[in-house]
Amino acid sequence: MNVLETFRTGLEAVVSHRLRSALTVLGIMIGITAVILTVGLGEGAQQQVSSQISALGSNLLTVTPGSTTSSEGIRGGFGSASTLTVGDATALSSRVVAPDINAVAPATTVSDSLVAGTTNWTTTVVGTDPSWLTVRGRSMTEGRFIADHDLATRADVVVLGATTAQELFGFRDPVGQTVDVAGQPMSVIGVLNTVGSSSSSSSTTSNPDDQAIVPLTTASALLFGGSSRNSVSQILIQATSSGTLSAAYQEADAELLSLHGVTTTASADFTITSEQQVLSTATSVDKTLTVLLGGVAGISLLVGGIGVMNIMLVSVTERIREIGLRKALGATPRVIRRQFLVEASVLGSVGGVLGAGLGLLGAAILPHFISDKITISPVATVGAIVIAIGIGIAFGVYPASRAARLAPIDALRSE
Amino acid sequence: MTASKHPGSGSPGPLGDTGEVWVENTGTYPLVRPPVIEAHDVWKTYRNGSLEVDALRGVSFEIRSGEYVAVMGPSGSGKSTLMHILGCLDVPTSGSFLLAGEDVSAMSEEELAHVRNRRIGFVFQQFNLLASMSAWRNVELPLLYAGVERAERKRRALEALERVGLDSRVDHRPGELSGGQQQRVAMARALVTDPDLILADEPTGNLDSVSANDIIGLLADLHRSGRTVVLITHDADVAEAGGRTMRIRDGQILEGEPAESGAVGR
Repeated sequence: MNVLETFRTGLEAVVSHRLRSALTVLGIMIGITAVILTVGLGEGAQQQVSSQISALGSNLLTVTPGSTTSSEGIRGGFGSASTLTVGDATALSSRVVAPDINAVAPATTVSDSLVAGTTNWTTTVVGTDPSWLTVRGRSMTEGRFIADHDLATRADVVVLGATTAQELFGFRDPVGQTVDVAGQPMSVIGVLNTVGSSSSSSSTTSNPDDQAIVPLTTASALLFGGSSRNSVSQILIQATSSGTLSAAYQEADAELLSLHGVTTTASADFTITSEQQVLSTATSVDKTLTVLLGGVAGISLLVGGIGVMNIMLVSVTERIREIGLRKALGATPRVIRRQFLVEASVLGSVGGVLGAGLGLLGAAILPHFISDKITISPVATVGAIVIAIGIGIAFGVYPASRAARLAPIDALRSE
Repeated sequence: MTASKHPGSGSPGPLGDTGEVWVENTGTYPLVRPPVIEAHDVWKTYRNGSLEVDALRGVSFEIRSGEYVAVMGPSGSGKSTLMHILGCLDVPTSGSFLLAGEDVSAMSEEELAHVRNRRIGFVFQQFNLLASMSAWRNVELPLLYAGVERAERKRRALEALERVGLDSRVDHRPGELSGGQQQRVAMARALVTDPDLILADEPTGNLDSVSANDIIGLLADLHRSGRTVVLITHDADVAEAGGRTMRIRDGQILEGEPAESGAVGR
C-alpha cells in the first residue's frame, strides 16, 4: 500500500466520521484558543501593570539642595536653599555626561494664591521648563504646555492642573482666560491631564491635579525674585528606564559633585532621592506576574492536552473493531499505524490552525467588550499549537498502534 | 477415532509423505488434491488470570483443495477458536498448522497479514462491514491492502458484487442494505482476492431463513466453481450443505476426518 493510498484512506476516515472528527478538532481548537487567550490576558495585565508603575515615575530621581551630612558639623556651599542652579540642570541633560538620563527638569515651587475674576484658589505654583511634562510623565487635555520661547521671553503664561482649572473656572473653558498669579496677570495656555491623587508620587506636590505651571524664568523674575534667580528648589531627573535608574543616579551624583567642587560624597551639598520603594514594588509585581503567567499557561496547556488526549483515546478505542477487521482483511500493523498517523495529523493540523485563528480573533475582539488588554505571545501561541498537535498525534497513534499489535480476533471481538 | 490419535501426528514424516503422494498422483484421475490445511495436534489455551481454559485439545485434520467442509459443534465446543486459527486470526498455543504448505505458527505479523490477505476470504456472523463505506468500497478493501491499483480494484469489486447478485446496490452503504444483502457484500469481499480458502463463521446466524438459504446457496456455488470452503455452524441443516462434516466437541474432533483415500466429496 503506497503513501498516496495510505493518505487517502486516512483522509476518508476523517471525512466519513464527521461528528467524531469535528469533536476532535474542537478539542484541539479549544485547547489552543484557551492557551492563547489566557496567556494573552496575562501578558496584557503584566504590560498594563508595568505601564501603570512607570506612570508612577519609577525611573524618577529628585535632586534637592542642602547637605544631609550635618552630623559632621560641616556645611558646604552657600546655603542649602540656593546650591542648585539652572546650570546644574543643563549640565545633567547632556547626553555625554549622563547617557542614562532621559530628561531633566529644574523646578522651583511656591505656594501662592491664584485669582480669576472673583474666585481665588491657593495652590502650588511650579516654575519649570518644557521637559517637566516628559519627566513627570504627564500630558495635556487641552491647549499646550509651556515652550522654550515662553522661557526665553519670560512670557506671562500658566498651565493649570485639572482640579485647579475646575476650581477657578468651573465648567468654563479656561484656555485663553486670564488668571492673577501673585498679583501678576497671566494667560492660561493649557490644562494638564487628570492623574488622580492615588497615583501621586511627588513629595513636593500633594495633589498632582492641583498645581499651576509657569515658565521658570517668569517664576524667578516675578514670583520668587531676589538673589536666587538662578537657583531652583529641585531638579527632576528621568532615567532612560527603570533598569538604568541606579546608573543615572551615579552619573547625576558624580556630575553634581564635580560641578559644585565637592570631593567627597559625605560633604555633598545636595541630596538625590529615588523612588526606591516604587521601584522594588515594580520589580516584585513583575516577578509575581511572570510566575502567574507561567502557571496559567502551563495549566491551560495541561487541560487542553488532557482534553485532546481523551478525545483521541476514546475515538481510537471505539475503532478497535475496525482495526481488527482491517487486519483480518490483510492490513499489516504498519499500514494501520500509518493510517491513524495520517488521521491524527490531519485532525491536529486542522484543529491547530482553527484554534490559532480563533485565539487571534478572540484577542482582537474581546478587548472591545472587556476592559482588559490582550497581548498575543508568539512563544505561547506556537507552543500551544505544537503541544496540542503533538498530544493529538501521540494519543491518536499510540492506542491505534497497540490495537494493531493485537491478534485480529481480539480486536474484532472487542466492544 | 479422535483427532489427538491421528496417526503420526506431531512428526514431520506424514507431512512430507502427503506432499509426495500428491506429487506422485498428479497424472492420474481421480487424484488426491493438495491439502490446503494441515493441522497437527493443535492446542489453544486461553489464560484468564490464573484460570486456564483449553479451547482446543490436540486437534489434527486436513482439508484438501476444493473441499466443502462444515465444522459443527455446540457453542463452547471450540469451533470458533478453530476457525480463528484456520483464518490466521489467532495462532495456536502449540502444534503445527500449515496453510497451503506453509507453517503459519512460525510467521511474523507481517507475513500473517499477507496470508490473510492473499489466501483467505472471511465471512463473519456479524458481517463486519465498515459502516461509513459503500458496498463496493467495502469489497475493494482486501485489494487495497494487496496493493492493487485503483481502477483494477473497482473493476474487481464490481465483478465480485455482480457474482453475489448485488450489482444494483454497489453504492449503498451497509446501513441501507438488508442483513442478507450485507452478508452478500461480505461474501463478495471474501472472494474478491480469489483466495485459496473461504472461511464462513456462522454466516447465517444473524439472517432469516430465506436470506440464509441465499447465502448457503452462494457458498455451494462457490464450492462448485472449485473453491475450498469451510463453514462453521451449530445448525445441522446448514452443515448438511457441506460435502463433509467435522464434528467438534470439548476442543476435540469427534468425526469427519478425511478418509485415508483422500477422496473428495461423497
